[in-house]
Amino acid sequence: MAQWIEACGKDDIDEEDVMRFDHGGKTYAIYRSPDDKFYATDGLCTHEKIHLADGLVMDNIIECPKHNGRFDYRTGEAKGAPVCINLKTYPVKVDGGKVLIDVG
Amino acid sequence: MTNGMVIVGGGMAGARAIVNLRASGYEGAITLVGEETLLPYDRPPLSKAMITDEQEPQPAWLLDESMLVSLNATVLRGVRAKSIDRASKTLHLEDGVSLSYEKLLIATGAKPRRLTLPGGELGYTLRDYADGDHLRNRIRNSAAVAIIGGGFIGLEVAASARKLGAAVTVIEAQPRILMRGVPQEIADVVHARHEAAGVAMQVGTGLSAIEIDGVVLADGRKIKADIVIAGIGATPQTALAEQAGLAVDNGITCDATLRTADADIFAAGDCCSFPHQLFGNKRMRLEAWRNATDQANVATENMLGGSKAYTAVPWFWSDQHDLSLQIAGVPGDGVETVRRQLSDQAFIIFHRDASGRLVGASGIGPGNSIARDVKLAEMLIARSAAPASAALADASVGLKSLLKG
Ligand SMILES: Cc1cc2nc3c(=O)[nH]c(=O)nc-3n(C[C@H](O)[C@H](O)[C@H](O)COP(=O)(O)OP(=O)(O)OC[C@H]3O[C@@H](n4cnc5c(N)ncnc54)[C@H](O)[C@@H]3O)c2cc1C
Ligand code: FES
Repeated sequence: MAQWIEACGKDDIDEEDVMRFDHGGKTYAIYRSPDDKFYATDGLCTHEKIHLADGLVMDNIIECPKHNGRFDYRTGEAKGAPVCINLKTYPVKVDGGKVLIDVG
Repeated sequence: MTNGMVIVGGGMAGARAIVNLRASGYEGAITLVGEETLLPYDRPPLSKAMITDEQEPQPAWLLDESMLVSLNATVLRGVRAKSIDRASKTLHLEDGVSLSYEKLLIATGAKPRRLTLPGGELGYTLRDYADGDHLRNRIRNSAAVAIIGGGFIGLEVAASARKLGAAVTVIEAQPRILMRGVPQEIADVVHARHEAAGVAMQVGTGLSAIEIDGVVLADGRKIKADIVIAGIGATPQTALAEQAGLAVDNGITCDATLRTADADIFAAGDCCSFPHQLFGNKRMRLEAWRNATDQANVATENMLGGSKAYTAVPWFWSDQHDLSLQIAGVPGDGVETVRRQLSDQAFIIFHRDASGRLVGASGIGPGNSIARDVKLAEMLIARSAAPASAALADASVGLKSLLKG
């Protein structure tokens, strides 16, 4: 069942950047792409549970700050060693100035 | 029939080589020979989580049986490669088996240097999983731990042992810790953090002997310890290459494509010496995790007929207490430093050469606070960029904007 939660304001994240969002004991990462779209994934790297929000966003890739594991944040796809497990992604919508994610 | 692509050494580079040979579309035989009895596993945890974790540790596998089945690769474990017959392209193993190769990758890594002073054999070293398991148990049963050498591995073990509550002394002969490749300002932060955690830091202190119950310093003082651990560097494993008549220059001498003078033999990882095109073709050998991965990727591509040069920017991390340190590039090539303060406790030192080119970035801070900017610095280094000092120093100027500018 859909469960939309307000994660942040649209302008809280720069273009081509990422922000951490904690909710219900879980941590998420919210992204704003260079073409101004919003995405959300699990907040922790699938390699060693490191917060991805400390990582670098370049184009559609988030790079983990710990050992440079790379994911496509739009699909969650792991892009090679050392990460081999994909990231879970969550639906996102922008409503007014707010970014909502479906954690349901 | 040959054994196809043959790899010596089942560490990070060897494991990665198998994966990349297949990812590059190679369909022939792959055989890896490793002297360790375990399948390839990751070494960085050995000085960190392996010692401190409450749960019984497990190797962090790089490859497991099911992956090897799907990669269709043979791994011969617990056997050393003894010699190479280059004329017949044959690798001889210690157990009498011979493998004929199309191309050979030497990924034999490095082994810890041993203490040579009186009682040196009493000092433990850390390189493989068995060492890690042994240290984990010994440290847990020791009231006092002495660590010889203020390099990365010694300091990481010091932090881990301190976390377990042992009294820890670090003894470094040089005037400061991390003399090799780490700027003073960062070494100072690391030093202070160890002291704050209760580690006794003895720098500029020589040793005269190791005894069963501790170490004797050059000035005659005795430091009691239940276990002595030496982290005094590592030596590249080059014997196989030397025996085969290949050149060795602090590592197996390769060209920029990681090929030795023999067109069918390549090297990658901690054992490999290569000229780095980004740094004036300076010959270097790196002991770093990502280097082992990236070099295995390049070497295997070239084993399959490519001619790609290895040009990745050197990069290394170390975790001690709550601090993470990352170093990109070759700080030692810099003649001038610029400091960027990211927060109270996090900063980056940029290293610029005489022409103003960015050649290195060294960062330290809690958690992963410096990772993003070190990564951007790495990208600037890769482009041979020469950003203005004022922009580098000003934390309100995004490094990403320098990259795009
Ligand atoms: C305790 C520890 C902590 C580390 N922490 C970090 C870190 O935080 N960050 C970082 O960037 N790097 C770190 N490193 C470095 C990193 O692990 C190494 O750079 C990496 O393991 C190198 O991989 P390699 O495959 O070249 O060599 P190795 O991993 O050493 O593998 C070589 C293998 O070859 C085998 N071998 C050697 N000779 C023969 C022979 N003749 N026949 C058959 N097999 C042979 C060896 O037994 C070994 O299994 C750490 C290393 C250690 C030991
Ligand atoms: S924790 Fe993310 S790549 Fe290792």
